[in-house]
Amino acid sequence: MAHAAQSLHPSQPLKPGHSAKRHTGLMDWITTVDHKKIAILYLWAGGLFFGIGGLEAILIRIQLIKPMNTFLDAQTFNELITMHGTTMIFLGVMPVIFALMNAVIPLQIGARDVAFPFLNSLGFWTFLFGGLLLNLSWVMGGAPDAGWTAYTPLSGKGYSSTHGVDFYTIGLQIAGLGTLIGGINFLATIITMRAPGMSFMRMPMFAWATFITSAIILFAFPAVTVGLVLLTFDRILDANFFNVAGGGNPVLWQHIFWIFGHPEVYILILPAFGIISEVIPTFSRKRLFGYSSMVFATILIAFLGFMVWAHHMFTTGLGPVANALFSVSTMLIAVPTGIKIFNWLFTMWGGQVRFTTPNLFAAGFIPTFTMGGVTGVMLASAPADFQFHDTYFVVAHFHYVIVGGLVLGLFAGLHYWWPKMFGRMLSEALGKWTFWTFIIGFHLTFFVQHFLGLMGMQRRVFTYLPNQQFDLLNLVSTVGAFLMGVGMIIFLVNIFLTSRRPADAPNDPWEDGRTLEWTIPSPPPEYNFKQTPLVRGLDAFWKEKMAGAKAMTPAEPVGSIHMPSATILPFMMSVGIFIAGLGFMFSRDEFNNSIMSFLFNNYIVTALGLLITFGSMLMRSLFDDHGWHIEPEELEGR
Amino acid sequence: MTTAHAEAEGGTLPHEPEKATLEGRNKVLAFWLFLGGEAVLFGTLFATFLALRNQTNEGPSAAELFHLPLVALATLLLLVSSLTSVFAIQAMHRGNIAQLRNWLLVTVLLGLGFLILEIYEFSVYIRHEEFGMTTSAFSSAFYTLVGFHGAHVAFGIMWIAVLIGQLMHKGLTVVTAPKIYVSAMYWHFIDVVWVFIFTVVYLLGKVG
Repeated sequence: MAHAAQSLHPSQPLKPGHSAKRHTGLMDWITTVDHKKIAILYLWAGGLFFGIGGLEAILIRIQLIKPMNTFLDAQTFNELITMHGTTMIFLGVMPVIFALMNAVIPLQIGARDVAFPFLNSLGFWTFLFGGLLLNLSWVMGGAPDAGWTAYTPLSGKGYSSTHGVDFYTIGLQIAGLGTLIGGINFLATIITMRAPGMSFMRMPMFAWATFITSAIILFAFPAVTVGLVLLTFDRILDANFFNVAGGGNPVLWQHIFWIFGHPEVYILILPAFGIISEVIPTFSRKRLFGYSSMVFATILIAFLGFMVWAHHMFTTGLGPVANALFSVSTMLIAVPTGIKIFNWLFTMWGGQVRFTTPNLFAAGFIPTFTMGGVTGVMLASAPADFQFHDTYFVVAHFHYVIVGGLVLGLFAGLHYWWPKMFGRMLSEALGKWTFWTFIIGFHLTFFVQHFLGLMGMQRRVFTYLPNQQFDLLNLVSTVGAFLMGVGMIIFLVNIFLTSRRPADAPNDPWEDGRTLEWTIPSPPPEYNFKQTPLVRGLDAFWKEKMAGAKAMTPAEPVGSIHMPSATILPFMMSVGIFIAGLGFMFSRDEFNNSIMSFLFNNYIVTALGLLITFGSMLMRSLFDDHGWHIEPEELEGR
Repeated sequence: MTTAHAEAEGGTLPHEPEKATLEGRNKVLAFWLFLGGEAVLFGTLFATFLALRNQTNEGPSAAELFHLPLVALATLLLLVSSLTSVFAIQAMHRGNIAQLRNWLLVTVLLGLGFLILEIYEFSVYIRHEEFGMTTSAFSSAFYTLVGFHGAHVAFGIMWIAVLIGQLMHKGLTVVTAPKIYVSAMYWHFIDVVWVFIFTVVYLLGKVG
């Protein structure tokens, strides 16, 4: 299993004095394979896309502030709702989840890095280039406009004749590849890299959540990849998968999309559950109530998550038997989720609760997420869903679980682990301002949307007629959206001001840290642990504290530490896929310039991109990376 | 390095050199996980094919199109190549580099034979049967499922060929052994996928 052997090749004797080639500046970031730096890359990239998605949301809400508004035309509005959903889910929150996983998981399990540092870097760069490709659509002929679910035939060539949906299909395939790589990496990391003594049932809940989330990613993302490939073939090669005239079936797209799409929402929410399960015990000074039931509930949610996809399709016409079965399986998910809610409440019960910023977000998460869960059970009832379907009630529901659940969880996690990632504590005062503006803005925006939906306002409409009692509630909703924007700006100000202060956070800045990441400096040295720690129970650090120890018992003597070399190959591979994707997308286009036509129409650009990618893979295979060593003297010198 | 029994820098290789290092064990584990994802990928393609296999849009149907003896020959080649890749791994565990190289070569050649037969089959359909990607939903699903598998075979051939080169150049070490082992896992996987394609696409197409 894990053990200290990660530093040593049995067959390769150590070469003393073998030092690494060090990059600085931009090259350091492009070539890094250090999980802590990749976490920061994920955070900035995810933050960038989150900002874009947030601005899109603000534009949507401005358009809907009053009836018959002419701020945006219908086409732009459709592009904005499509890109808002797609950007937020695939490019906004998922990278921030990966940022926290990268920053925390190796530390929590007592490892020096992930199992595959090279793949970690590759996963990030493919995600980034996929996201950039998708967003290039804004300046290259129009963004996708068929909704984030891209239902056929609306997303087919007949109704979406621009390249918008091609940017969606190809961009998401590339970004999805990065996510899949990341998922496999974390599965392998958690299975093999745990410190001695850390059995599965001694793992922190965030590590468990990451483990289960990665398993869902592994089994859900290939399905959407196939769906996107089929849609790409329909649009670019004139295949007939979803083309009724050629014998195809549009409902097939819905099935494939939601077989991925429903597990995807658990990919989003389980990490938030993990974060909340770390924050609440820390600030209650109590171990997590019902740890083993928490683990069991997480596994059960993941398992059930694969059997409920057709509840998105109740009105498609699958018949009463299918609808009834998917209703029941959906309602079942409320049971393990309820177990979690009560476990968090019972953890706080009788604890010495401190309402720091992370704990405020965690405490705000519980009722907000529960409200989203209750509307989820309402939507799970197929007969009622015929009324709710495609109304603002659904919009309110999924924003309650994704923003009120996941985003609050991410805020909790970011405030909680910020000192560990950057060595600086975020301002508590500004953090509390962020919390109150964001959560009040959130409820203003989305609580009223329940009623808008029940009163019959459909989602995805670019405007509405006056005097349907929609006017005031839409105004309230837009005001709330701006308040959420204010919360985000306060958070950014907090980050900026914090970055100008000295990096003086201690190892255990919250003073009640329970897990291994709080036993090492903030930010950690690049090798994380000078000596791999010995884990003697759940909440390993807390256990040592209770035993009167100030530090972990080491599981190995101080020795030479093997590190992987920095490399630019993952970046090159991703650039190659990016070029190949663009080339394939425009392969059937007529260009004014004959050279361009020649290059694109003969698949030369596509081939060039693939050559870069496969060439880089070949280089990686041919030239072994022996890595480099940090010697004990350097460790002592720190 | 190409002695009868490979030796690592510090002594003889262990019986299972692919699992001698943590890196090697990680690689094998992660590849199992990757194959799990691949199974979902092909599962989705199979589901798509099954949903659309009778939608011939007045083009050729499976029963009219398929010529089983040719496909049976391709199947035989691929199944035997899986066996030879087992022999290769057994040779690797004995530390016999010459045999390992030879069995890998045979595997690559059999895979190449399969690929040539498949390309020939596709070209016959396109040129003589007017059965292309755009003919019908059935044709789109057929070319996508079988083509995805064919692309996997092509990638496997190139991959194993590169590994043969590395084996000759670097010898059998705890670095090259996991690569060879993992490529054999991959090869078995695409062989299993083909068994399903042969059954679901070709046999069911002829009789179903």
